[in-house]
Amino acid sequence: MDQLLQFLISGLTVGSIYALVALGFSIIYNASDVVNFAQGEFVMIGAMSAIFLLKGGLPYPLAALCGISITVLVGLALDKLAIEPAKNATVVTTIIITIGASIFLRGVALLIWGKEIYGLPPFTGDKPITIGTATILPQNIWVMVGTAAAVLAVKYFFDKTIMGKAIMACSFNKKAAFLVGINVKQMLLISYGLSAALGASAGILIAPITFMSYGSGVMLGLKGFCAAILGGMGSSMGAVVGGLLLGLIETVGAGFISSGYKDAIAFFVIMLVLFIRPSGILGKAESDRV
Amino acid sequence: MKRLAGYYCFAIATLMLPLLFPDSYYVTVVGVTVCTNIVLAVSLNLLMGYAGQISLGHAAFFGLGAYSSAVLTIKYGMNPWLAMTAGVIAVTVLSYVLSRPILRLKGHYLAMATLGLGIIVHIFFVQADQFTGGPDGISGLPVLSILGYPIDSDLKWYWTFAIFMLASVLFSLNIAHSRSGRALAAVHGSEIAAQMLGVDTARVKSYVFVFSAVLACITGSLFAHQQDFVSPESFSFFFSIELVTMVVLGGLGSTFGAVIGAILLSLLPEVLLVFEDFEVMIFGAILMVIMIFLPQGLFVAMEQTFFRLLRRKNQRAADVTS
Repeated sequence: MDQLLQFLISGLTVGSIYALVALGFSIIYNASDVVNFAQGEFVMIGAMSAIFLLKGGLPYPLAALCGISITVLVGLALDKLAIEPAKNATVVTTIIITIGASIFLRGVALLIWGKEIYGLPPFTGDKPITIGTATILPQNIWVMVGTAAAVLAVKYFFDKTIMGKAIMACSFNKKAAFLVGINVKQMLLISYGLSAALGASAGILIAPITFMSYGSGVMLGLKGFCAAILGGMGSSMGAVVGGLLLGLIETVGAGFISSGYKDAIAFFVIMLVLFIRPSGILGKAESDRV
Repeated sequence: MKRLAGYYCFAIATLMLPLLFPDSYYVTVVGVTVCTNIVLAVSLNLLMGYAGQISLGHAAFFGLGAYSSAVLTIKYGMNPWLAMTAGVIAVTVLSYVLSRPILRLKGHYLAMATLGLGIIVHIFFVQADQFTGGPDGISGLPVLSILGYPIDSDLKWYWTFAIFMLASVLFSLNIAHSRSGRALAAVHGSEIAAQMLGVDTARVKSYVFVFSAVLACITGSLFAHQQDFVSPESFSFFFSIELVTMVVLGGLGSTFGAVIGAILLSLLPEVLLVFEDFEVMIFGAILMVIMIFLPQGLFVAMEQTFFRLLRRKNQRAADVTS
């Protein structure tokens, strides 16, 4: 039981990160039907830029903010330079383009930051808080609270603001959105920026716990993709649920079965889910148009 | 004869290379890598190009072939050919069992499931270290011999791989013009339309999945014997991506596209070696640029341009005579 509480804490922490990455996937997928395989690189770029800006002498909050801004610029560039020029691309083509982008960004990161592993200091101290027999680090709380805040902000943005509604309109039907005067291209650009900001925040939140290097984005990105599919591709709240669930399954699986197979457990579960319910937990079943 | 004219030229070129440059590093060492990648790309193209089913986990079957040869010969002292057959049987069963649920999925879901399969198999290679030797891999495979002739030099390996590769390419070229090839094309075009025409789409897809997996598995066994060493690194997610890139780079659905893609991508590291740290970045950039501007692939784009020019020339000649 005590062990379970500890698993719950670490599962929800890592799950929060997956949730943020998955939410980023979902937003881009909704807006442009593209699965952005460079999503994990947003996480890495956000964290690595913040780490190096902090090293360069910037105060912590400013370094974090600049890290997010740099990643947003990368996200905007990705849309403008790689996605927009490839009009009418098929699913396979867009998958390869974003995989190419992720390899490219990783290559650039390797050139700038080298192969070493870096970490951020915790936001507020590293004195563990004891709950019963389980312990929780202040950073774990930051991750969960930060994720909750980001998710609520995204929900507010899509439900209440004109711009968010305009993006939703694009995701339902681009032509109709265009006809009622929505600038579709601009909305796509904004969703890439938003998705990059979410990724970068995830990176900065988790960097004090897991450390980062130029290649850290790959697994985080794939897990985020898993989470997005688990929750049902395109459903924002599904992505969050999927992320938290994936984090929990993985932590419990690693604890009871074997930590070496941790990543395999996540992918095994996602395959089972796909076999049994191909449209994800909260996703709507798709029907083919002939 | 005319249909296969390109193939004969390619076959002659492949077989002439070691005669012209018997000691060249590019023939004996790089040549074997190129042939390996060609077979893998051609086998993946059967699934992706002909049948239109994306797979981001093709390296898994390549790896299963390599590991079954390595583990069964080294740990259990099995005869190399017997080990290879055991690998083929295992992969046939595994891929057949998985093919139905996996190929029921489409688009991104299919990408996710195949990617998951590739990653699970890779983690298994790393973690099951009592069999696979873990991250360090295992070495010391027995020498493979064909009818009593041992394949024990770089040049002999080149011949083995070249012949295996040419056979696979010929097979792939011919299948497109067979009944099954047309069924695959129908599935690619529209699954529902294919069903209406009486094609058992689930069976067709499942067969091509198994076939493509088995071809990759045999290549893996040969690769393990040739390298005399296997480690999980050769069968990672990144290698699956590289294989997809080869197929798409040359042109999805074209056998020679896959061949050209495989050749280019196998030679690229040799060229990029000069750029050292820039290698990863340049690789990603090339991938993006080609997919954005030539989504139909290099080879197919070249072919189309060539035929367009040819047509225009014929047109002009016809205009002059009339």
